[in-house]
Amino acid sequence: MGFIVEARNLTKVYEGGVLAVDHISFEVEEGEVFGFLGPNGAGKTTTIKMLVTLLKPTEGEAKVCGYDVVRKAHEVRKSIGIVFQDPALDTELTGRENLDYHARLYGMSSDTRKRRIEEVLELVELTDRADDLVKKYSGGMRRRLEIARGLMHYPKVLFLDEPTLGLDAQTRRAIWRYIRRLNEEEGMTIFLTTHYIEEADELCDRVAIIDHGRIIALDKPSNLKDVVGRDVIYVKSSDDLKLAEALRSENWVNKVRVGEELAVYTSSSEKRIPLIFKVAQEVGVEIESINMKKPSLEDVYIYYTGRKMRDEEAGPVDRIRMLRRRRLS
Amino acid sequence: MRSDMQAIYVMWLRQVKRFIRAKSRLVGNLFQPLLFLAAFGFGFRGARFTGIPTTVSYLEFLAPGMVVMSVIFSSMFAGISVLWDRQFGFLKEVLVAPVRRISIVIGKTLGGSTIALIQGFIILAASVAMGVRVSALGVVACIFLMILVAFSSVGFGLAFASRMEDVHGFSLIMNLLIMPAMFLSTAFFPLQGIPEAFKLVIYANPVTYEVDAVRQVLIGVGYIPLWADILVTLGVTCLTIFAGAYLFSKCEA
Repeated sequence: MGFIVEARNLTKVYEGGVLAVDHISFEVEEGEVFGFLGPNGAGKTTTIKMLVTLLKPTEGEAKVCGYDVVRKAHEVRKSIGIVFQDPALDTELTGRENLDYHARLYGMSSDTRKRRIEEVLELVELTDRADDLVKKYSGGMRRRLEIARGLMHYPKVLFLDEPTLGLDAQTRRAIWRYIRRLNEEEGMTIFLTTHYIEEADELCDRVAIIDHGRIIALDKPSNLKDVVGRDVIYVKSSDDLKLAEALRSENWVNKVRVGEELAVYTSSSEKRIPLIFKVAQEVGVEIESINMKKPSLEDVYIYYTGRKMRDEEAGPVDRIRMLRRRRLS
Repeated sequence: MRSDMQAIYVMWLRQVKRFIRAKSRLVGNLFQPLLFLAAFGFGFRGARFTGIPTTVSYLEFLAPGMVVMSVIFSSMFAGISVLWDRQFGFLKEVLVAPVRRISIVIGKTLGGSTIALIQGFIILAASVAMGVRVSALGVVACIFLMILVAFSSVGFGLAFASRMEDVHGFSLIMNLLIMPAMFLSTAFFPLQGIPEAFKLVIYANPVTYEVDAVRQVLIGVGYIPLWADILVTLGVTCLTIFAGAYLFSKCEA
């Protein structure tokens, strides 16, 4: 088999004709941490929902653990764990009860259940709060409990949809630590979506950058950044198009991209900044600001799309979601 | 199969646990039927109605209706609670588990009915404490009928919840459906002396048959043959349970 998740031309068109996922194909290898990076509305959650059998693809197919997500939905469900983007806990129950009910739904025997509950509680450091009602938990604790629950039944692959959305920086780091530990100690394959650049960079073995329902790049984070070049210089000027034109003919420039700002991909940028000024002067363009940085995955995103990866205009649902999360934490 | 049995148990246990923990909800659910029972039962004590035998007090006439009302209220609420499960995400956790939807429906129905039966029983006990005379056999028959009423109401609530987008429709149902269904039945008044057109509405209301059946087994007063009451109630129960199960199996998280 080799691949634990395989998607071929996976497509989802919602009622009303909205194309959320547009013929994407990818494979996830066993034991890796695979990430979908992209802005809100790029199709990440829709893709996950298709992979975990909650949505039927309009076109194309996907296999999880070798089982077709439509025809063998039951087998897929048995072999996966999932942490949804929105909280999915029963807050009127205790943490332990949430885990116990989950284990029962997955048909685990009484002994295994008890042992595994202790194990996963230990892993996410919630042992001493296990018998409190979940409504008394903080946002970070709830998230940890959900991750623990996703692991209960020894899934072969764990899906995490925006695992740290709305959490503070410290809690986010802690969640990253658990995810890494899971992957290393339990050897679990992890599929996560995120719109946080550092999260993808920090956690993922391979990242697929997704935009408007399409995968625009897929590789190791370091390889993706290599494509961009060693450095990026962002320039704002009185005439970006004209300056871009002039810079393209310089042999030290790998690529120039005109977007919200002018992105100049090059190496040893410290030495290149004076050259940019010189070129600008020659063609009579005035430079307003200039900014140089080592490339991150954000720069990779800009490289392929010409846009920054900030959130697309948040719809009402997203806004409610953010509010709810904030209230919970 | 094992996880399906467990799913039924989990759905049942979860509801019972939530019920036991939310004491304020229990008080809220019982308040209305108890208020009606006390206010109307004692308030109309001196009144005489055509159609109610003189040996039966209005309180005794009213009690079966209030038992049915509390069962309908709490079991329909249990069915509709799927809406909250969807709103707060728990539904997804259940839908993605390797269990059949029908097990979830069965568990939900059993859980909602258990709670409803407990509440119906409390109202029945309160009625007896207020002076309503019932036979032991009547109570046994009443339990059987309460189960039917509970099943049909959970099914109805489930069907509704599966079609509704969010929780806003909930109060609408409560106000536009359940209260009229109670008032346009024989729960509060006898069938005698009512205008013909109004009678048609009452006959078209399934609650009429449920109340009539419970009243016959508890205090021996009724306006429709018992077999007809039971037949209609059984039919309605089957219908709503199937509708609830079908629509729930179609709904997406």
